[in-house]
Amino acid sequence: MTKVLMKGNEAIAEAAIKAGCRAYFCYPITPQSEVAEYMAKRMPEVDGVFLQGESEVGVGNMLFGAAATGRRVFSTSSSPGISLMQESISYMAGAQLPVVLVNIMRGGPGLGGILPAQSDYFQSVKGGGHGDYRLLVLAPSTIQEAVDLMMLSFHLADKYRNPVMMIGDGMIGQMMEPVEFPDKYEEPPLPDKPWALTGAAGRKAQVVKSLFLDPIMLEKNSWLLHEKYEQMKLNETRFELYKVNPKNEILIISYGTMARICQTAIDELEEHGISVGLFRPVSLFPFPEQQLLKAATQKGVKAVLTVEMSTAQMHEDVQRIVMGKTPTEFFGRTGGVVPSPQEVIDQVMGLLDKYPGKKKAQHSASKSKKAQGK
Amino acid sequence: MADNSKTIFARPDSMTENITHYCPGCTHGIIHRLVAEALDDLGVREKTVGVAPVGCSVLAYNYFNCDFLEAPHGRAPALATGFKRLRPDMIVFTYQGDGDLASIGGNEILHTANRGEKVTTIFVNNAIYGMTGGQMAPTTLPGQITTTSPAGRDTVSTGYPLRISELLSTLATPSYIERVSVHTPMNIVKAKKAIRRAFEYQLEGRCFSLVEVLSTCPTNWGITPGESTKWLDENMVPFFPLGVFKEPENMA
Repeated sequence: MTKVLMKGNEAIAEAAIKAGCRAYFCYPITPQSEVAEYMAKRMPEVDGVFLQGESEVGVGNMLFGAAATGRRVFSTSSSPGISLMQESISYMAGAQLPVVLVNIMRGGPGLGGILPAQSDYFQSVKGGGHGDYRLLVLAPSTIQEAVDLMMLSFHLADKYRNPVMMIGDGMIGQMMEPVEFPDKYEEPPLPDKPWALTGAAGRKAQVVKSLFLDPIMLEKNSWLLHEKYEQMKLNETRFELYKVNPKNEILIISYGTMARICQTAIDELEEHGISVGLFRPVSLFPFPEQQLLKAATQKGVKAVLTVEMSTAQMHEDVQRIVMGKTPTEFFGRTGGVVPSPQEVIDQVMGLLDKYPGKKKAQHSASKSKKAQGK
Repeated sequence: MADNSKTIFARPDSMTENITHYCPGCTHGIIHRLVAEALDDLGVREKTVGVAPVGCSVLAYNYFNCDFLEAPHGRAPALATGFKRLRPDMIVFTYQGDGDLASIGGNEILHTANRGEKVTTIFVNNAIYGMTGGQMAPTTLPGQITTTSPAGRDTVSTGYPLRISELLSTLATPSYIERVSVHTPMNIVKAKKAIRRAFEYQLEGRCFSLVEVLSTCPTNWGITPGESTKWLDENMVPFFPLGVFKEPENMA
């Protein structure tokens, strides 16, 4: 267990191998092509399968076929590519196949741009493909967390027989940080995979499918999936609190690398005597709803501020969960523009003016004074 | 006397006892049987995975007695690729119609053939979309009347039928590609031989193999089963000539 300096995309690739994945299918797309380049070299070394497909449509369906073997399979892509994979994701969810996907998000819609964004929240969390299904969605904020969640993703995919998607903005893929890998990925025992297609030797022939022409059977399958998602809500809700305490005047909700920028802002505000807490969802589905409601309704919290690199996608969930019990506000940049800590500070200062509370606070962290101080 | 009795014809082990849903006069049933006989002959049923398409043969897994995957429309070759790459010890085949393979799945079959995946494709060409009710397919003949070409296929605005076997045989990657038909007993015998050979190439790990089988669709052609075999012979065979288009040994 020694620390190594790695680019996010490469660390994600190595984490998949550490988690026992020996099959990776891909199609090149910026900003995550380094995963493919790393895997092209690394998979042969571990007797694994590396294959560059003809399109993300092809890749998604290769995963579908490969996952039916019962082995751990994996692909990575970025926003427009993930859109093309939605067909296969819906089918794999319907057929209850474990598969792990990573979306290193770039700005959209359409061809958009290649710089970091978080504008695929709806697509990931609300179901980008057709039908009644959910993905288990995880969002790391550091490279180390990306490594840890990557390995966990394979475990959860097998545990729930469901596609798991880790989403990171372009920064997660491109930046370098020191990371640690376990010598061996330890995970709790998992059930056998009697559903895997291994040939009808000594047993009846079996089928992996999502087709149920009888509406009663299709309904049954949909409720079966629903029950899994309810289990995920009970067991797999993950979040992190930063400086959340009874003195908080504002609670920021942010995920991924955006949350780290908010941490910098929170530290600076603290130096000026302003207490702001950060609620960072790590699992976006299941969303830590009760935990967010609790933090948002702490006594003293004047407003909740969602900060994300999109035009208020996660914010819709925040509003739904907080139910107006505390005022909900939004700040976001998108299209590949990453907000600076100062922009977050200015937002917080604006909210303190808008929601003065009982005693009018005398704050001095506004942009102009800050600039003078430096 | 009983000592001398022997079974000369029976249901192949690779077929289930389910009765198919295919229309009277449709040749899917014959083609299913030929595939099942080939799997039996080669003794590979217990290590075979089939991939079903979307279309009339979407329920193929109800009739084949081997493991099966059900693919999205046109994507069977991609599923077969993924499965076979992880399990090269198993036999993998796709069973696809002309809408599935030649239209929506054109890219998947092209690249699967070009990568030389060691899988087998049974391509059933009946020049029409069957399950959706007789719409124009990429293989619909010039002038052929369908529900979406009610005045007959106009080649000026919709182009000419795709000859998949000819197209795929232009690829430099070694493969086995043959077109057969099942509209007469003699052709059924030839088709059986081609299908068996396609699986043999896979079993030997030699190459990608595809057998295109000309098939009838009396329901959507709007004629009787008897007329259908005649129509196939007189109209499809001239446009889709039968024969071997490519063999791996012909390649450098």
